[in-house]
Amino acid sequence: MAGGFPTDTRGNGLTGIVPVLFAAALFAWFASMVPTIAATEVIRVSVPWIPSLGIELAFLVDGLSLTFSLLISGIGTLVLLYSNTYLAGHPQYARFALFLTAFMVSMLGLVLADDLILLFVFWELTTLTSYMLIGFSHEAEKSRRNALQALFVTGAGGLAFLAGLILLAAASGTTNISGIIAQGSALKEHAMYLPILILLLAGTFTKSAQVPFHFWLPNAMAAPTPVSAFLHSATMVKAGVYVMARMHPAMSGTDVWLWTLTILGAVTAVFASLLALRQTDLKQALAYTTLMALGTLTLFLGQESGYAMTAFATFLIVHSLYKASLFLVVGCIDLSTGTRETDQLGGLGRLMPITAVAAALAALSMAGFPPFLGFIGKELKYAGAIAVASEPLFVAGAALLSNALMLTVAGVVAFRPFWQGSVPSGQSPREAPWQMWAGPIILASLGAIFGIYPDLLQVALINPTVISLTGEIGEAKELKLWAGVNIPLFLSIATFVLGLLFYWHHVKLRAKIETVFQTIPNLDKGWDSFLDGLKGFAKWQTLRVQNGKLSSYLFGTFLTIAAGILLTLVYTGMPMIAVDLSDVEWKHTSIALLTIAGALLALVTNSRIAGIAALGVVGIGIAMIFIVFSAPDVAITQLLVETLVVVLVAVVMLRLPSMPKAEFRLNHAVLSVAVGASVSLILIAVVSSPLDLRLTDYFEATSWPEAYGRNIVNVILVDFRALDTFGEIAVVVIAALSAYALLRTTRKGDQK
Amino acid sequence: MNSVILRVGTRYLAGLLLVFSFYMMLRGHNEPGGGFIGGLSGATGFVLYAIACGTQDARAALRVMPQTIAIWGLGIALAAGLFAAIFGDALFTGQWLFIGATETEKGLPLSSVLVFDIGVYLVVFGSILTLVFAMEEEI
Repeated sequence: MAGGFPTDTRGNGLTGIVPVLFAAALFAWFASMVPTIAATEVIRVSVPWIPSLGIELAFLVDGLSLTFSLLISGIGTLVLLYSNTYLAGHPQYARFALFLTAFMVSMLGLVLADDLILLFVFWELTTLTSYMLIGFSHEAEKSRRNALQALFVTGAGGLAFLAGLILLAAASGTTNISGIIAQGSALKEHAMYLPILILLLAGTFTKSAQVPFHFWLPNAMAAPTPVSAFLHSATMVKAGVYVMARMHPAMSGTDVWLWTLTILGAVTAVFASLLALRQTDLKQALAYTTLMALGTLTLFLGQESGYAMTAFATFLIVHSLYKASLFLVVGCIDLSTGTRETDQLGGLGRLMPITAVAAALAALSMAGFPPFLGFIGKELKYAGAIAVASEPLFVAGAALLSNALMLTVAGVVAFRPFWQGSVPSGQSPREAPWQMWAGPIILASLGAIFGIYPDLLQVALINPTVISLTGEIGEAKELKLWAGVNIPLFLSIATFVLGLLFYWHHVKLRAKIETVFQTIPNLDKGWDSFLDGLKGFAKWQTLRVQNGKLSSYLFGTFLTIAAGILLTLVYTGMPMIAVDLSDVEWKHTSIALLTIAGALLALVTNSRIAGIAALGVVGIGIAMIFIVFSAPDVAITQLLVETLVVVLVAVVMLRLPSMPKAEFRLNHAVLSVAVGASVSLILIAVVSSPLDLRLTDYFEATSWPEAYGRNIVNVILVDFRALDTFGEIAVVVIAALSAYALLRTTRKGDQK
Repeated sequence: MNSVILRVGTRYLAGLLLVFSFYMMLRGHNEPGGGFIGGLSGATGFVLYAIACGTQDARAALRVMPQTIAIWGLGIALAAGLFAAIFGDALFTGQWLFIGATETEKGLPLSSVLVFDIGVYLVVFGSILTLVFAMEEEI
């Protein structure tokens, strides 16, 4: 990406403009819903989708989903505008814009869905589209690997999530989310509560990269910077948080919920802020602070108090604003100087003033200085932490430590490159074009505006969101810049002192963290060895199962048949069969003898042609059985197939070298006897049990009057069961084409 | 295989088998026969031809690639099934037309079921010949 900003800042023409306008229109549309939602109403739209299962295309706009929708579409608009310049002239920009827009739409669907199945569909769509986006620079091996890692981790979580959703639907008897929430605490007392919770959390924790699934998120930074800004600040990683928030009214309040979310959230927040400080790459540092934010949000969702919920709603907005802004700033720095390493950056403030201002505004909000929204968010966080009845010290301690570290990281990322040191030689940075500083400036300024006028946010989004979270009106706490002298204020001051201390010593601190983290296992490396192990196992078992010998494949197939039949017979109780041979006529006996003779000859002969002919005798014997028992259609088919098989086998076999002398193989002999015996046994068992003639009678009665045919076999094939027949002939075509392709491939290979 | 007798005999036999296969297919609705059996007998005719005169001649006589025939068959069967949807019936419901029907005579019956059976015939015919020709050429 080195080499400065694109010279042609007009972007990518219509391909670049249309997505921006589309996203902006969506934002305007959602913004027009704000008055309705602020009046504590909700909007529902629902279209039947799978009525037989009660599944609907149901959408719900309430405080929570509207907040998310505004963040997604608003930041989406700015990111698309930014990308249009960031990737100006990129040969695959159309693809990029398509993926990004598709991702935005699926994310909107996810937060608006009011049906579990619909929610899951959008959930998976975000996984797929983000896979495309993370792996957008698909020429780079690292990029592909990291995209795949994100796909696997979130995809595996998605499977657990689906299982959880199905259990949830079964437990509550409906797939409608509003319906489930309306059932109140019924779910918490349900016997399946714990399995549901574990499965849902497995999905949301992988998606939101909570410890121990955190390792994929920093790797996902292989994506172009606008993608990181969008996916990993405002949206995708918050999908998990969103689902936890959505289920909060129905599932929170139990000990498991409280402790799992609190502990894992706190651990993630502290762990991630330490990791963030350790990074020298600006983008990586930001990636880890995102983890910290997700941990904090999870931590608050563990609680139930009005403070915690208000803190959640506020911090959600604060974080999205400053984080997207900072990511975009880092993208500007990257393009301008060609590096993102903190050691190689400095003195950019004079050369990139507007970017520097945006960075400063965002960083101040991130660090929690007044009068920014971040300050209010932080005060509420502390108030929420103190309101925790059970372990206020633990929660407040985690919040204090991670906030102080946030301040430090904000300094390292947004202060140091601009206002300390001087521009290293060899760099000629200049200000970014307006399309690229517009986004950061707008987002960062919003942080300041909402900080000074918190009422704007309070009525429009915070109060309705808290209603969605608690299910009750009036729980939301007031957003105030000055809340008087109280414990949160002291904690804030402690945060500033601690954070500034960390900042002055951050180089030394980084070295310390580095040495400590050397000692704990690296999950990312563990991931690689896990994948290698998986591939090794797959290779081993493929070599075992598919060894290329036809005889071993056949052996396996027939062994399975014999074992399956015999086990079934044993487990269902072998029916005692009295075989009645009194009505056997000479024609039956002779056909049986003929067939047996053919089989025996095929077994002992040393001549290929005799063997083929003998097998043909067996087939014709079977055809004669069909004739004797008056099934002419089956008999004709059997005869024709038998003829063709003999011809085909003869074509192939007669070109082979002469047959080696037949040798006796004990295991083959045992297997043949077992297959023959088990098939005979089950046939006798089938024949001796009373025949259910209902279908036969039905077809006999209706074949002529309803389908105008007297040949019942054919009428069944082409009319009553035509769909089955269609499936079969499709299989025939596929088999023929595959065999043809295989034959052609080997022939070509031989010629080379 | 280089046998004059077989080659001469095949010329008549193959044609007869082909005509017979059509007959088997058409009578299938009321007598033993149908698309499967018809397709199999039709294929036998060309297999015989390929053995007697070589696959190159057999392909030339067929004019169309056998896999094309199979795929067309599948398409025709599908079309016959979808045809029912035009009349608002469930897929693959048979549609009948009795040409010249009177009170006592049902006239000439035509149906989408027959079209479906023709599709089956072509699939079986084409698939078997695809396999047989490819195998003969392979060896």
